[in-house]
Amino acid sequence: MGVDYEGKKIGMWMFLFTELLFFGGMFLLYSVFRYRFPLDFHAAAAHENVWLGSVNTFILLTSSFAIALAISAMRKGRSRLSASLQLATIGMGIAFLCIKSVEWATKIQLGLYPNSPVLLQKGPGEVLFFGLYYVMTGIHGLHVLIGICVIAFMVVLTRRKKITRQNPIKLENTGLYWHFVDIVWIYLFPLFYLIT
Amino acid sequence: MTGKKGSARYTSFYQEPGRYKGILSWLMSTDHKRIGIMYTLALLSFFAAGACAGLLMRLSLIAPGKILSAQTYNEVFTVHGIIMIFLFVIPGIPVAFGNFFLPILIGARDVAFPRLNRLSWWLYLTGAAIIFLSLSLHGRPPDTGWTFYAPLSVESQANISVAVFGVFVLGFSSILTGLNFVTTVHRLRAPGMGWFRLPLFVWTLYATGWVQMLATPVLAITLVFIILGRFLGVGFFDPAKGGDPILYEHLFWIYSHPAVYIMLLPAMGIISEIIPVFSKERIFGYTAIALSAIAIASVGSLVWGHHMLTSGMSDTARVIFSLITFIVAVPSGVKVFNWVATLYKGSIVIVTPLLYALSFILLFSIGGLTGLIIGALAPNLKLHGTYFIVAHFHYVMFGGAGFAILAGLHYWFPKTTGRMYDEVKAKIGWLVLFIGFNALYFSMFILGYQGMPRRYFDYPPQYFTGHLVSTIGSWILAAGLIIIFGNLVRSAFKGKKAPANPWQGRTLEWQIPSPPPAENFEKLPVIRGDRYEVKRKG
Repeated sequence: MGVDYEGKKIGMWMFLFTELLFFGGMFLLYSVFRYRFPLDFHAAAAHENVWLGSVNTFILLTSSFAIALAISAMRKGRSRLSASLQLATIGMGIAFLCIKSVEWATKIQLGLYPNSPVLLQKGPGEVLFFGLYYVMTGIHGLHVLIGICVIAFMVVLTRRKKITRQNPIKLENTGLYWHFVDIVWIYLFPLFYLIT
Repeated sequence: MTGKKGSARYTSFYQEPGRYKGILSWLMSTDHKRIGIMYTLALLSFFAAGACAGLLMRLSLIAPGKILSAQTYNEVFTVHGIIMIFLFVIPGIPVAFGNFFLPILIGARDVAFPRLNRLSWWLYLTGAAIIFLSLSLHGRPPDTGWTFYAPLSVESQANISVAVFGVFVLGFSSILTGLNFVTTVHRLRAPGMGWFRLPLFVWTLYATGWVQMLATPVLAITLVFIILGRFLGVGFFDPAKGGDPILYEHLFWIYSHPAVYIMLLPAMGIISEIIPVFSKERIFGYTAIALSAIAIASVGSLVWGHHMLTSGMSDTARVIFSLITFIVAVPSGVKVFNWVATLYKGSIVIVTPLLYALSFILLFSIGGLTGLIIGALAPNLKLHGTYFIVAHFHYVMFGGAGFAILAGLHYWFPKTTGRMYDEVKAKIGWLVLFIGFNALYFSMFILGYQGMPRRYFDYPPQYFTGHLVSTIGSWILAAGLIIIFGNLVRSAFKGKKAPANPWQGRTLEWQIPSPPPAENFEKLPVIRGDRYEVKRKG
């Protein structure tokens, strides 16, 4: 039996629905808490480094562009170019995580982490803001990390000619996943960095 | 069940030689039928474990404090709930019967993603292993009730994190099964098998698949919050840190109410298959039954608040949730009326699967209608914290989903094992179970109405008679289960050889040999003519 291209696409989209609802639970908590403590959220967001956040947004958007190019290259049969573009996506994913960890490290040095004595001195809304910040960017970062591993796997499959012009579905689905991770970040960025 | 001799003409899936030998030929198999059989056996073992915990609770309740201490009682009812809900009823029908029959019913050779299906099965086993680990690890077993309500679940000294992580893994398994089934129904229907020719069991599995995909992730993230709360002190549900325990209840029930329909919808599907076969009638109102499954799945996702009517919500929210609860009863009522209309003037053959189906209608109606009593705001205030809820819940879960599982086990027994069960013993088993069930749970309605609070291990003397009747009922019920499963196990090895179509069923599984060959169909069937499900014989 041949590969059911439509079926695999449907499967991937449905998986992304489930991911959407998984993050949805977190966005729901964010909305409730921000509605309750608008001023605290406003004050806490001042601790975020907008500059680093913007750079990271730029990097992640570009990486999405790179994987889209990798898929186009594959469809045109240029699998070597596609593999390089996939590697570029991985590179940008790693850069994103590095910057993210710098941000986390800086905050932790300032004593801003869940249950820290410094944080518990602050208002309840700020405690919640940083709780949400670590949980949401943490789980998002985990998704980036998983995406990096999956794309690395795709590079191997591309080089072994398992992903070809005729059968690009694995790479295309990986692309969908990566775009999803990107879209989540597009919402996280304004909600944590731009609400000051 | 393996060493059976097939007929000379074909090799059944039990004998099909695969890449692996011995136990691995099962654990590594991607054959949906083998996976279905393994799930069935695992489910029934967990059911036995959960039933033992239940019996122990009932025993303790006729002599409070003599058998179990208060703390142990909490642990036992929690373990009973976790095992029964997360390891038995929620995965229940889809993984056991859905795996075995969904591809056959739509005329396919397997599910859309066979290897993903095997991964779901491994995840299920892993989740189960983690849950049992939480019972045996150093420290106390979980004692919060199966709902893991915060803040108790965040502060309790018991092994909550391990158990919660097990449930998380089971959720993953459930999501992947739902995704697999929905894709299968979209992509692998045989030529001519249009949407409105699908057997009704397939419709309910389809609706269930969507609920599994859309509701389970919310539970997953909620469970992650509990673990983070315990390890990192993230206080989303802790008022001291600005959090709110009511939010936990909302998130939990956003999943767990739809989960009720994950358990019940496929149960209704089984009943919709059985009733027309044994009343020799076409199913009445096929389209209405099919669409009501979708209606239940969608409206049922909006009623979670009725679990929290006494938890502290605005009056507006309570009125809205109560109203939607009444609305969701309508499509369930549509199904009940259609089943009864199918039976009307049918040539009814009273065999065990039909007895279970008929008792399903009765018990589910009692469970459903009492659900409306507690879904109304005023009686809910009085009854919410009492045994009335426990009785309602068990009428729906056990009288509904549980009886449907037993109906399916008997109905499809000839097909899955290739042997007939003993009809007389099966009927005796059903009768004993039915009597025990009602003694056990109906007395809880009365106890609850009199005010006996749920989850208490002790009570004032005026409730003793009710508890005694209930506990005696639990023994009768256990005897019934022993008769039923003794019969099934014995028949699986020693029963008469089953023909391909012992019930004159018209759906596709009865058109292939019993047990089915590894590839299900030699040639993929082409469905023609009148609506498949309602086609008249001959």
